[in-house]
Amino acid sequence: MTERILRLRQKSITTQPYVSSERAQLLTEFYKKHLRENTSPPVTRALAFKYILEHKEIFIDDGELIVGERGPGPRGAPTYPELCCHTLQDLDILNSRKKTRFQVSDDARKTYETIIIPFWQGKTLREKLFNAMSEKWKDAFHAGIFTEFMEQRSPGHAIMDDKIYHKGLLQFKEEITRSRAQLDPKNDPQAQHKEQELRAMDIAADALISFARRHAEKARELMKTERDETRKTELATIAQICAHVPAQSPRNFWEALQMYWFIHLGVITELNVWDSFNPGRLDVNLYPFFKKDLADGSLTKESAVELLQCFWIKFNNQPAPPKVGVTEEQSATYQDFSLINTGGILKDGSDAVNELSFLILDVLEEMHMMMPSTCVQLSKYNPEDFLLQAVRVVKKGFGQPSFFNTDAIIQEFLRAGKTLRDARQGGPSGCVTISAFGKESCTLTGYMNWPKILEIALHDGKDPNTGIQLGTQTGDPQNFDNFGDLLEVYKKQLRYFVDLKIEGNSIIERLYAEHMPAPFMSLLTDDCISRGKDYHDGGPRYNVTYIQGVGMGTITDALSAIQYLVYDHKMLTMDDLLRALDTNFADDERVRQILLNVPPKYGNDDDYVDALARAVFDAYFEVLDGRDNTKGDKYRVNLLPTTAHIYFGQMTGATANGRKAGEPLSDGVSPSQGADHNGPTAVIKSVAKIDHLKTGGTLLNQKFLPDLLKDEAGLCNLAHLIRAYFRLNGHHIQFNVIDAQTLRDAQEYPDKYRDLIVRVAGYSDYFVDLGKDLQNEIISRTEQS
Amino acid sequence: MEGLIFDIKKYAIHDGPGIRTTIFLKGCPLHCPWCHNPEGIKPQPEIMLSPERCIHCEQCLHACERGALQRRSDVIALNREKCDRCGVCLDVCCSRAIEQVGRHITVEQAAEEIERDRVFYEESGGGVTLSGGEPLMQPQFTRALLKDCKKKGIHTVLDTCGYADPEILQEVSEFVDLFLFDVKIMDDEKHKHYTGVSNQQIFYNLRTLSENGKTIHIRIPIIPGITDDEGNIHMVGTFLAPLQHIDKISLLPYHRAWLMKHRKIKASNEPWIADTPSPVSLTRIQEVLETCRLNTSIGG
Repeated sequence: MTERILRLRQKSITTQPYVSSERAQLLTEFYKKHLRENTSPPVTRALAFKYILEHKEIFIDDGELIVGERGPGPRGAPTYPELCCHTLQDLDILNSRKKTRFQVSDDARKTYETIIIPFWQGKTLREKLFNAMSEKWKDAFHAGIFTEFMEQRSPGHAIMDDKIYHKGLLQFKEEITRSRAQLDPKNDPQAQHKEQELRAMDIAADALISFARRHAEKARELMKTERDETRKTELATIAQICAHVPAQSPRNFWEALQMYWFIHLGVITELNVWDSFNPGRLDVNLYPFFKKDLADGSLTKESAVELLQCFWIKFNNQPAPPKVGVTEEQSATYQDFSLINTGGILKDGSDAVNELSFLILDVLEEMHMMMPSTCVQLSKYNPEDFLLQAVRVVKKGFGQPSFFNTDAIIQEFLRAGKTLRDARQGGPSGCVTISAFGKESCTLTGYMNWPKILEIALHDGKDPNTGIQLGTQTGDPQNFDNFGDLLEVYKKQLRYFVDLKIEGNSIIERLYAEHMPAPFMSLLTDDCISRGKDYHDGGPRYNVTYIQGVGMGTITDALSAIQYLVYDHKMLTMDDLLRALDTNFADDERVRQILLNVPPKYGNDDDYVDALARAVFDAYFEVLDGRDNTKGDKYRVNLLPTTAHIYFGQMTGATANGRKAGEPLSDGVSPSQGADHNGPTAVIKSVAKIDHLKTGGTLLNQKFLPDLLKDEAGLCNLAHLIRAYFRLNGHHIQFNVIDAQTLRDAQEYPDKYRDLIVRVAGYSDYFVDLGKDLQNEIISRTEQS
Repeated sequence: MEGLIFDIKKYAIHDGPGIRTTIFLKGCPLHCPWCHNPEGIKPQPEIMLSPERCIHCEQCLHACERGALQRRSDVIALNREKCDRCGVCLDVCCSRAIEQVGRHITVEQAAEEIERDRVFYEESGGGVTLSGGEPLMQPQFTRALLKDCKKKGIHTVLDTCGYADPEILQEVSEFVDLFLFDVKIMDDEKHKHYTGVSNQQIFYNLRTLSENGKTIHIRIPIIPGITDDEGNIHMVGTFLAPLQHIDKISLLPYHRAWLMKHRKIKASNEPWIADTPSPVSLTRIQEVLETCRLNTSIGG
């Protein structure tokens, strides 16, 4: 690592994230002073975007090679009051909370008090959203049945494909002009609407070009006072690059990275999109530049690495903007889920691994940072040495890279109606959900708490926590004749809540389409330009919506306990069981021990219980898959939690697998913490019994003791384990290679372990930054030894 | 046909090549005081106590008709002389504080368990390992199971102490792809003293396997104070050097993790308590073996 990288990396890691009121202030200024009456929503949004980019502070740090920040400097997080206007109380909480803290300066607080809050309160999308939801929806939301992604952040999960490496924004503008010219107001009733949308895209393209040119000016300005000749030359190059991209397509490796970075900044400045934005297939997209530059001598491997490292730091400089309330609970992390893909296959179906794929793994290993996340797309066509290199990085113990099954993903895409060509160029977006890169709005709308729904089913539709009738009345479980009855009742309640959530989603989708168009993200996503439609309004070629199922292991084990003990072996009555659950086992430790120890548990390759995992999965699939959203596409199933398994655990009473009230649920499709005792192959066999090909993503966490990877044979066997899981059509697997003792020590002495990064759920985070519940949950995961 | 086993370990990656399923057969003719699987020595099921799991529901005390279970200052205790292993306490214990080590399993059941991880064997070049205890103490079960695996194309490893009737070994070895063979103490008196049996039979079997072209992976337990002296190691080296078909020699350093298991089953032999061999002493042992032109690795 060069001195430059050491310094920039250190700054990125140690700077306390802070709230910047700059964006909120500029936005307010624009709406107050510059917005003309009767401007259409897309054009309003585009003009606001342009105003922000033309007036925000331009920052180029000493030594930086890739330039541009979303805030005024590294780790400065802007706010988006048009979506969610933080109250003063919110700001005080952000400033004082122990985890994912954001420093709020007195000035920022004052700006909020005097300018931001008075203007935006009552006008935000968040308020519109909650006003539009039914009482039933709100009851379920507050009870922790589901969460709502769009209440503070906007739909995103977008991934860039290769087009920005072939054409600059000026060419995008030409396409916009052509599309406008083809509008047919006489025959197309939407023509006027499309005209506004396209005009907005055009403005947004100009906005980013001028933002880049301001960086060129800034670089030239810095040159005047720069004494170091080397740095002066670098600044001159930066000035040239920023004058060229993103208006024109990049000509070399450095320009390609800067091109992406400007595009990235544009997307995350326009709106507070979920999962920020993703570079996608970095190795494939950059390889032609890399090869050409190496050949003509303008680039060395060392300088390529340094540029990539500068690029890496840029991601880590952008913490996820501050979240509050339930949104914070379900995603309590600075991580903003930018995911870099390596490996996989090319458009023609052949092996995509190249020299850069390896180089990216080296950079990942050396940088050892929380962001960006890096994943390996692994196809049967990819060579073993690439997989082994990736496994060597896994051994370092910070949970990266994660592994995705390219061959399964292609089948998942095809099942969901994508073309083979688009499928081959797609992959995972931020967490584990797949998206057709550059062509899809894949929208995750909220987590669904399966164990809570079982709890409701066992209480005739009531939440035992509050006594509120949340679900439908399905009868007293003591009158169920057999296990099948119970399963049917669970399905009824599940259908009810999925219906309720979709009803809400349909309203929310229209709210975003109408009030919050995103012309900049739209112009990047095929086929928004040719359709003249917004990203939020069905403009993209694909528009899949997800509601993420949570608590697979917990509910499966709970159902197994009920089937085994109450119905099959009559060791407990339903009455005994319910009393024990309702009292949180206060006088029933013996019952709890029976629940924990006697019935079969998911994750041990035991067909008795794994059949129930399938039943739970199939039930969800049946009520959700193929339902219509408002954008002309369908709902699909995916199974991941971020940190919702902690929040949902807090909202869920004792469960029949012996889990006490308030304790975390299982994560992703992983077994319940500590329930799997037959080793990783048994976990994989169990998990592979659900049909991953019918999903848009599942998440499997495994914790390995470092001893298992101590030698080359250990590494090879981990590689074989991944290959075997993928042969069984598993979607994704990730590893923590660390022992519980180290984690406990880190809990006790956080200062000694500031740099300890662990895998949480589809992303990595600093262990000491996690809430205590989540820390404990990770410690309690089974260690494969 | 049934065998008595005490564990099935999946993702076993130190018992032969690739990802394996290791089946531990119960019963061993040797009683080495350092044995890391003390629960594998007796050829019968045993009761194992884990007092730290006990929730003091006392159901077992009431259930035991022979009064073999008692509560001694808050900890459950078993009088093994009174216990007739009827298993009533196992049925009532809800917290797995009382468990039975050792269960009977048919060849078909064992084969089904092995088959479950076939995809991992295929991806990794792994397979099944029979270990123990001593698998050759249950020759019919061992042979039938190995034969079944070979019929299904699964790679087989036999982990043995080598103390067996040569005819039995001959019959089984037909279905073994790789032997993991322990070599412990060269001095026969010392061998008898610690393990309870002579080493003559063992070394005869090892030579025979080698002469018959079987692939062998030698494992030398490094037990401070028993096997690690230079004299013993040098004799081991001299003995191994001329043997053919030795694909690998591993040193297995003593560690203490097994002592807890020893306590839980109250094994009858006195455990050998020592420190884990230091890297320096392991290197020294490797050097001694190198003088016999033998390359060794540590662990696995």
